[in-house]
Amino acid sequence: MNMTEVDHADEYQELPLEALPLDGWHRARGARMVGFAGYHMPIQYDGIMAEHQWTREQAGLFDVSHMGQISLTGEGLDAALEAVLPADVSGLKAGRQRYSMLLGDDGGILDDLMISRRGSDHGPDGDDIYMVVNGAMKYDDIAWLLDQLPDAITINLMDEQALLALQGPRAAQALASIVPGVDALFFMQCGAFVWGEHDLWISRSGYTGEDGFEISLPGVIAAEFADALCVIESVKPIGLGARDSLRLEAGLPLYGHDLDINIGPIGADLGFAINKRRRADGGFIGHDRVARELAQGAALRRVGLAIDGRLPAREGALVFAGTKQIGTVTSGGFAPTVGAPIAMALIDPDHAAVGTTFDIEVRGKRLSATVAAMPFVPHRYHRQPS
Amino acid sequence: MSRYFSEEHEWIDVDGDIATVGITDFAQGQLGDIVFVELPVEGATFEKGDDAAVVESVKAASDVYAPVSGEVVEVNGELEGEPALVNSDAEEEGWFFKMRLTDASELDGLMNESAYEKFVASL
Repeated sequence: MNMTEVDHADEYQELPLEALPLDGWHRARGARMVGFAGYHMPIQYDGIMAEHQWTREQAGLFDVSHMGQISLTGEGLDAALEAVLPADVSGLKAGRQRYSMLLGDDGGILDDLMISRRGSDHGPDGDDIYMVVNGAMKYDDIAWLLDQLPDAITINLMDEQALLALQGPRAAQALASIVPGVDALFFMQCGAFVWGEHDLWISRSGYTGEDGFEISLPGVIAAEFADALCVIESVKPIGLGARDSLRLEAGLPLYGHDLDINIGPIGADLGFAINKRRRADGGFIGHDRVARELAQGAALRRVGLAIDGRLPAREGALVFAGTKQIGTVTSGGFAPTVGAPIAMALIDPDHAAVGTTFDIEVRGKRLSATVAAMPFVPHRYHRQPS
Repeated sequence: MSRYFSEEHEWIDVDGDIATVGITDFAQGQLGDIVFVELPVEGATFEKGDDAAVVESVKAASDVYAPVSGEVVEVNGELEGEPALVNSDAEEEGWFFKMRLTDASELDGLMNESAYEKFVASL
């Protein structure tokens, strides 16, 4: 049999791969390492199913240090960023985080990302916007930003920082036991905290659908901090494999798979990230396409699919209505919490209504699939009561 | 009865002209949690090296090749309802299919257990 580690061949590059701050820590804990986004990364420890389950029930610690952490500062920062992001940057208060995207000239998605306004004492020139982008895209993103942003804006890739995510129903209790006060954050809020003498930047967010936190910290203390978390009974390290199955169940798209330069925010079902003012007034790269697709619809739409039977449909499988190809699976696999195969696909919007059924072709067989509302597993974010 | 191993991480038990085929314990460990096994139909004939079955783990689909040529005479129906048998007992209860050998000399190219252990250790 073939022993391919994973199906995401494009991200699993040939050497040379670089080591992240927790490289030795993962290996010492028995992780199986693979190449991902240019780094050695842990794909699993005990097994994907067990790690997935643990995160849904306890608290899973993920090393996402491959991601790009960027600090942006300078005169006129908000206006400059509003020209390259469809986000409401000027309305972003200190201590708040938002999901956004970089769009190309034709409105295709270059990357998806998080932005936060950290408040007055961050960055070389005071108030900064902190951005977290995908690991595989970070150098392209920076090149794009350098090209698009005025000279007054400083772009600092914080490559000495590690990034950890602690996710799951027991994450708040576990993290607050070593970082007091962190449990006061609500979903998509963020703030500065300390651990001993070390500065941390923590947001209440993540990519599993569970309550949880993302912790930016100096790479040199990452192993010590991870150890301090993992001595807590509810905390175990979790690999990339379970991260993928968790985010798929949570209906969260993954760049390079469900999102790419060919699809815009509306087709990708990410319109929530563009508010009324920005939709109407535009003024960002790619607005023409957003406006057009809001008015006329997009050629393809991202949907969730529930698949009959037990056989998973993977990325690249073709979707058919009768004999007509109507789309392509963009990610898919067996969903441990759902207990069945699920997928995301980009399909013809005429077939995108929830409840529509069609076929997916897998190795010459037709599997019956139904458009399902996402998330597949309810989000359990710790939202601020309204 | 003798047991052979292939470099593609299959085990083959040969009893007369019938070969029982499965994947090795090493292979199941590498694949991780197995969620589906697609088996060949009874009566299918394979040349050595043909795609004969597919193992779907949580993370990926992997092909299982026919380690020898022959006709499929039986498949392990238990795997349909309980694919995790391949994880828990890869080299006994988790067998995939039985073939009637067409060319017993193909077995000469396979490894015995100690040779397979050395092969795995070298990976």
